[in-house]
Amino acid sequence: MELNLNVTEETKVQLKKEVVYDSLIIGGGPAGLNAALYAKRKGLNVGIITERLGGQVMDTSVVENYLGYESLTGEELVNKFIKHVQKLEVPILKEAAVEKLSKKDGLHEVHLKNGDVYQTRTLVLATGSKPRKLGIPGEKEFSGKGVAYCAICDGPFFEGLDVVIAGGGNTAVESALDMAKIAARVDLVHRSEFRADQVLVDQLKKYDNIHIHLQTQMEEIIGEAMVTGINVLDKKTGDRRIMNTNGIFVEIGYLPNSDAFKDYVKVNDHKEIIVDAYGRTNVDGVFAAGDITTIPYKQIITSAGDGAKVALAVNDYLNTHAAVEAPQEVVAK
Amino acid sequence: MALLNDEMREQLSGFFNGMKKDVTLAVFTTKEGCESCKDTEDFMEEMASLSDKIHFAAYDIDTHKDKAEAYGVTLTPSVVLLNSEQKHQGVKFNGIPAGHEVNSLIKGIMAVAGSLDTLPESQQQRLKKVTKPVNIKVFVTLSCPHCPGAVEKAHQLALENEHIDAEMIEAQTFSAVAEKFNVSSVPKVVINEKFEFVGNQTIDDFLSEIEKTQ
Repeated sequence: MELNLNVTEETKVQLKKEVVYDSLIIGGGPAGLNAALYAKRKGLNVGIITERLGGQVMDTSVVENYLGYESLTGEELVNKFIKHVQKLEVPILKEAAVEKLSKKDGLHEVHLKNGDVYQTRTLVLATGSKPRKLGIPGEKEFSGKGVAYCAICDGPFFEGLDVVIAGGGNTAVESALDMAKIAARVDLVHRSEFRADQVLVDQLKKYDNIHIHLQTQMEEIIGEAMVTGINVLDKKTGDRRIMNTNGIFVEIGYLPNSDAFKDYVKVNDHKEIIVDAYGRTNVDGVFAAGDITTIPYKQIITSAGDGAKVALAVNDYLNTHAAVEAPQEVVAK
Repeated sequence: MALLNDEMREQLSGFFNGMKKDVTLAVFTTKEGCESCKDTEDFMEEMASLSDKIHFAAYDIDTHKDKAEAYGVTLTPSVVLLNSEQKHQGVKFNGIPAGHEVNSLIKGIMAVAGSLDTLPESQQQRLKKVTKPVNIKVFVTLSCPHCPGAVEKAHQLALENEHIDAEMIEAQTFSAVAEKFNVSSVPKVVINEKFEFVGNQTIDDFLSEIEKTQ
């Protein structure tokens, strides 16, 4: 029995509606937290609005590629981030979902779903991403009935049962390794070749109960009250067959959380916010950092680094723009 | 076996300094066939030692049938949070609130102590219209990082409306109950044993499901 204590002293400073902030950061993952740290140290009046403090890193069982930390849980790592930011007394508004953004009198306004509105001279959009869905028949119907998106949360339900892990990246391979210790049989199914780090792929061989199916397309999830199997297509042979299983963990990458912003700033076909090398969007004074942007290779360390860079760009922007000046449209390079 | 180390004790003692009113952790156990009863009792006693405002009470579900009935306790171990007037306001944990759920336990204590913010006006208005009994079950596993969020919201709703009762159910300890409600992903929220959703949704989503029962 252990305790995963995650109680941070509530920051004494609270986000205030009557204050015009130098910068409001939307999102409390590595990008947003590091942007807050850098902005605050530059002397900016900054605040964080976040739906989920810590972000997706919270759901990561083990992190072994963050420089300086050989191995720790995602939660341990992100708690270090949060503590660091809270020491600087940055106001953090938690469990707050943004409805939309707008402009008023040369300022940007953040409208929350609960109706509250906050004002700021600059914005840093850093709401990251959420797990991508398979988009095949049966997925929605059996969601929560065998189809799952968080292996550390739902793994215990599949003790001694058979599971399929969908995906070929680091998260999928890590989930397969975790589940191999609990489940009777693990089938790792991916439509192309592995994208995961070789050190992880090598570990798959240590488990007799992990079976790898590359170049295999999942076409439909089937079952009755609960999942019983998936229809798959072997892309090499063209054969279709049913793979029996009790559960499917979907680990096929991420989709940006940009729905609340897509009418305010430009996004690409993947719903990523288009930014330049400074993290500038097409709207003056609005920046974006981390997984939500067009920047390739989404990693914890690159997101954190991106947050730092964008905070410095925000600082430069504020130094060169008078407080009263109305924002002008500029196009991201 | 102590679950809290010195660092945690210090952090939590500081946190509980903010408690406005007293809270009692009432633990219900059975003598036999309950693997985690002793651990739960010890853990709650440990939590109570962190603040003068937290009190500990242990009940055997068979010998204290009246109490169990009054608080709607049917499973063991269960922890019921009582306010300073020894009243049960619908904040309950079935199974040991360890792992990630220690966080919802702490939030629950602070909420019953009257030390957390109340819900915004718009949600209060919706809650006022809830006049028939509502039971919210939140199924969790102890390894789930976003489950405490759902438990905290359910408990908050229970505290703000006397007709709402909210309980965390640890799905592995109570696997038969979890199976009955087809739980294979957590958090899973079941309202009046009929309406359900998966995930740590917003308070407004909780309210929308609750309104279906009225």
